[in-house]
Amino acid sequence: MVTALEGVEVRRGGRAILGPLTLTLADRGLTIVMGPNGSGKTTFLRALHGLERIVRGRVVWPDGGPDRGAQAFVFQQPVLMRRSVRDCIAYPLRLRGVALRAARALAEVAGAEAGLADRLDLPAQALSGGERQKMALARALIVAPALLFLDEPCASLDGTSTRDIEATLARVRDRGTRIVMATHDIGQARRLADDVIFLHRGLVVESAPREVFFGAPATPEVQAWLRGDLLA
Amino acid sequence: MGDLWAGLVQAAGLVFALDAGLVEIAALSLRVTLTATVIAAMIGLPLGAWLAISRFRGRRVAIATLNALMGLPPVVVGLVVYLMLSRSGSLGVLGLLFTPTAMIVAQVIIITPIIASVAHQAIRELWADYHDLLLSLNATRMQRVQALLWDGRRALVTASLAGFGRAIGEVGAIMIVGGNIDHATRVLTTAIALETGKGNLALALALGFVLIGLAMAVNIGLHMLSRTERGSRW
Repeated sequence: MVTALEGVEVRRGGRAILGPLTLTLADRGLTIVMGPNGSGKTTFLRALHGLERIVRGRVVWPDGGPDRGAQAFVFQQPVLMRRSVRDCIAYPLRLRGVALRAARALAEVAGAEAGLADRLDLPAQALSGGERQKMALARALIVAPALLFLDEPCASLDGTSTRDIEATLARVRDRGTRIVMATHDIGQARRLADDVIFLHRGLVVESAPREVFFGAPATPEVQAWLRGDLLA
Repeated sequence: MGDLWAGLVQAAGLVFALDAGLVEIAALSLRVTLTATVIAAMIGLPLGAWLAISRFRGRRVAIATLNALMGLPPVVVGLVVYLMLSRSGSLGVLGLLFTPTAMIVAQVIIITPIIASVAHQAIRELWADYHDLLLSLNATRMQRVQALLWDGRRALVTASLAGFGRAIGEVGAIMIVGGNIDHATRVLTTAIALETGKGNLALALALGFVLIGLAMAVNIGLHMLSRTERGSRW
């Protein structure tokens, strides 16, 4: 079963900033969305997640698709609630009616797994950049989503934090969570991708499995991008 | 200067002697204004939050109206409440005129717009920050308001204190609807007005100092309770 985008279009200020996109997504694995700044990566993820209004076309999910409750989204800038790290991670559970003590207990386990065991009592705003993104990832994973979106989660992180996050993502993917992730780090795409979608100016330039995308890119844009050239 | 000094001395004397009349008046001031602040906060804080997160036709007009209502002249509010509660008024059967309850009603009307407006400003900023997360997590409208009120609680304490400050020093409305009746509806501000009119300037000043002290004590107490100045990162 696949997810199909049929002529999906997102407009802002009378201008199409994404699409029309027609494309299919496999139902498992980790899809990397690549492209230069402003190519529509973020809008693509937000439209799939339902945060962006699709003005034309539609997304057809297999069997009605995962509803919003089975999805999670990690933003490029982690949203920090004015709470302790423990309560931030517990918050999605609280929304689902899990009692405070149980939610906090689960959050402590999730936080420890994310390497934040000694940060749980701090206000979220006191975390460093890498820790903030780990907190956001733990918060997204605590509801065991079937579908996880990440928008350049490692954009401003150092090597250690990036490695920790990539390890978590690989583990989650192997447990069967579908992951769609934007990045413009070519190395990260090589390390993680099962398949790659390349966007440029809001349109899909190329969509291919990893081996094909990196081994035999079909379009001059992707060839140039992989060489390290700048796309106009 | 002599008057001020005499007022201070007399204030100290009244406070330390725990003058029965003073205690009664000050207690009623506190009771009326604290009750009004609590009620106005229960209306104004959720209203401010709701205005911050809702998109509906006329929202801008509603916010502009709210801001304009902050400037309601207390005397006019008092007059309207008086007309409503007087024997011939629509709520006259309740027999509330010249009772502390009437004074609370007037003060609630005066300070609810202030509390709602200040809360709206604070919540709007928090909402801009939380918007994507709360939508992504599928939080219901009620859950969004709860999260914003809880996480914005320090700003909301400040909003409530702004309302309290306006109500505790208010004289026009409560004079009209309360009547400044000794042992019934006399509060610090109306007592000050009365004593000034009688020429007891020292006593009026003394009551004024007590009023200022009371307002400051409530502010400091609430700030300490809510730990506004601690945890600088919140």
